[in-house]
Amino acid sequence: MKKLLILGAGTAGTMVANRLNRMLDMDEWQITLVDQDPVHYYQPGFLFIPFGVYSKKDVIKPKRNFIPPQIKLIQSEIEIIEPEHNRVRLTGGLYLDYDYLIIATGADIHPEETPGLAEHEWNQSIFTFYSFEGSVELWKKLQTWEGGRMVVNVVENPIKCPVAPLEFLMLADWFFHERGIRDRVELVYATPLPGAFTKPMASKMLGELLVQKGIHVEPEFYIERADPDEKKIVSYDEREVPFDLLVTIPLNKGAEVVGKSGLGDELNYSPVNKYTFLSDKFDNIFVLGDASNAPASKAGSVTHYAIDLFGENFIRYTSGQKLVENFDGHANCFLESGFGKGLLIDFNYTQEPLPGRYPLPGVGPFTLLEESEANHWGKLMFRWMYWNILLKGQELPFPPTMTMAGKWKA
Amino acid sequence: MATRTIAGKTVAVNEEGFMTNPAEWTQEIAVEIAKEEGIEELTEAHWKVINFCREVGAASGKAPTLRTITNGAGITTKEMFTLFPKGPAKKVAHIAGLGKPEGCV
Repeated sequence: MKKLLILGAGTAGTMVANRLNRMLDMDEWQITLVDQDPVHYYQPGFLFIPFGVYSKKDVIKPKRNFIPPQIKLIQSEIEIIEPEHNRVRLTGGLYLDYDYLIIATGADIHPEETPGLAEHEWNQSIFTFYSFEGSVELWKKLQTWEGGRMVVNVVENPIKCPVAPLEFLMLADWFFHERGIRDRVELVYATPLPGAFTKPMASKMLGELLVQKGIHVEPEFYIERADPDEKKIVSYDEREVPFDLLVTIPLNKGAEVVGKSGLGDELNYSPVNKYTFLSDKFDNIFVLGDASNAPASKAGSVTHYAIDLFGENFIRYTSGQKLVENFDGHANCFLESGFGKGLLIDFNYTQEPLPGRYPLPGVGPFTLLEESEANHWGKLMFRWMYWNILLKGQELPFPPTMTMAGKWKA
Repeated sequence: MATRTIAGKTVAVNEEGFMTNPAEWTQEIAVEIAKEEGIEELTEAHWKVINFCREVGAASGKAPTLRTITNGAGITTKEMFTLFPKGPAKKVAHIAGLGKPEGCV
C-alpha cells in the first residue's frame, strides 16, 4: 500500500481528497487526512454575515459529511513535519509516515502582529469579518450602530480573497442605505495598494465604482499601528486615519507548523512550482490552496481549478511520468456590489481582468467587470455549488484554464 | 514589448514602466529612475537595499516583497519608508530593474 497523507481538511484538502479517492486505485492507496477542527467553514460566506444576508447555519457543516468513508480522518493538531524522514508527528506523539504528502493547511489572520488591533477595543470598535467569530461579532455591532466613520483597512498583502474588502464596502453602502442612515456613515478604504485593486484595468473600473458609491480610497496606506483609545490608524509614513468603527483585514500567514518544519517563507507560505504545486524542497511533497507561495489569488476558485489539473498530474507523477506544467493561475470570482447586483472577474497569472462577457451555455453570459443582477445570483448560487459539487471534488462546467472568449481587449 | 531610453541605454519595460530584463540594468539607470521616483540622491543606505534586492532577484527571478527585504537586509519597515517613501517594495523594485513584486495579486 502506498500512503498519501493530506494535512488540512479545508477547501483544498477536502477537494483533493475526494478527487484522488475517485481517481486512485484504492486497493493500492491509503489516504489519511488530518485536521484539528471538526467544522468546515464556507469562508466566502463570512462576508455576508455582518449584513444579516447569511446566518451561522449557512456557513458551517461537519467536516465528516464531506469525507468519503474510505479515507481515514484524524482530528488532531499537527506538531511537526519531518520531511527528511517522510513522516509527520501529531500533538500527542503519534507518528504518521507517508510516501506522498499534500500540505493544505491554508492561511489565517494574525491581528496580534499589528500593535493596537487585538487589544481592549477588539470586538468593541475594532472588528474583522475574516473569521467566523469576527463576522458574527460585527453582525451584532451593526444591528445597533448609529453611523459615523467606518474604515476598512488591509494590513498587508497577500490576503485571502483580495476582492472581499471591496465587496464588504459595497455591501456596507447598500446596508446603510436600507437602514436609512447612509447619510450618517462615511466609508473609507485604507489599502497598501496604489488603488482599488492590483491590476490596472480592474483597479480603474472598480475605483470608479467606489467613487460612484461614495467610498473614499486612502491608497498606499501601510499600517504601522492602531491607536484604540484615540480611534485612529497610523501608517509607516505617519499618516493618520481616524475611525469610529474599524474593520481590519489583519496580516494573513500560513500555518505555523509549516514554518517551524522549515518548509515556509517569511510568512509561512511554502515555496512551490507555481504550475504544478510541487514543493521546491522535496519531490514527494505538494502544497495546495492558500498554504503555498504561488502568486495566484488565495481563493477557493483558484484551488478548485488547480485541483482539476492536479488530480491527473498526481496520477502521472506517481506512475513515474513527469509533471505537466499546466496551471495558469486561473481565478474567477463573483463580486457582490450591493443592491442585488454583482460583478464577475476572470484572470490568470499573466492576463489581468478585462471587461466583456463571460460565456456559459444555458446560464450566462455573465458581464465581466460590470454590475448586473445575474452576477449577484451567480454569487448566491455559488454557496450551493460549494457544498454540493466543489467540496466533493466534482467538476464544474467551467474550463480550468482561462479562455479569452468574450473578453474585450483594450 | 515597449522600450525606453534611460541614462543613454535602451531597455525593455512593461506597461507600468518596470524593466523586464534585469540584465539590462546599470547603476546609472538606478540613479535616473530614483530621480523619477522623487529620490534625488541614492545614499549608501539606499544602495545596501538595492543591492540586496538585486541579489534576491538574481537568485529567485522575482522582486522581493517588503517583508523579505526587512527580514533579509537588516532594515526596519520604518527605515524603508524613510528611504523609499510610499510603496517602498514597489519603488525599490522599480529602481533595481526588477519586475513588480508578485506579493500583490
